Amino acid sequence: MMFFVTVIALFPAMFLALGRAIVGPTLYDRVLAVNSFGTFTVLMIAVLGFMTDQTDFVDIALTYALINFIGTIAVLKFFVVGDFGYEEQRDQ
Amino acid sequence: MINFLSWVLLLSGCFCVLISAIGLIRMPDLFTRMHAAGVGDTLGAILVIAGLMLQAGPTLLLAKLVLIMFFLLFTGPTACHALAKAALAGGEKPLLDDNNQ
Repeated sequence: MMFFVTVIALFPAMFLALGRAIVGPTLYDRVLAVNSFGTFTVLMIAVLGFMTDQTDFVDIALTYALINFIGTIAVLKFFVVGDFGYEEQRDQ
Repeated sequence: MINFLSWVLLLSGCFCVLISAIGLIRMPDLFTRMHAAGVGDTLGAILVIAGLMLQAGPTLLLAKLVLIMFFLLFTGPTACHALAKAALAGGEKPLLDDNNQ
């Protein structure tokens, strides 16, 4: 029952994060919103795992947390560097 | 007793997550929004996962939940730091107050 309440409370938070991702003027707002949405997804997966008594969901949540972080850092590196740093092609 | 504690932790975690999402929407500037997002990433995650930990009991599941919590705690601020650095490098100016523009 308490997990159901948590899931119900997590849904509007995810919609608000999506709203910021859509509205966000700068692209850094969008990266921030997507990162925040990813963290809420991690929590949602973990809570859903406990709600349906499938303990494998916690592994999925851990994997999702890892991928979410790597994705955010990769996108930021792409914004800063412009491309993924193929130095030798750029020097020619 | 355990269930009651889980209830309290999960509800306060949901509260922090909602506050974080509302702050993400309402804050005027990118850097203030990052502060709001940080609230949800760290405190919200701690409380919700601590509530789950109480339910998990002393099993392998508890170890995984501890791993998730520590990972979220380490990567949330790191991502925000990288985002701030990228935003400043990208020419994003923080919103100062109006009278000393």
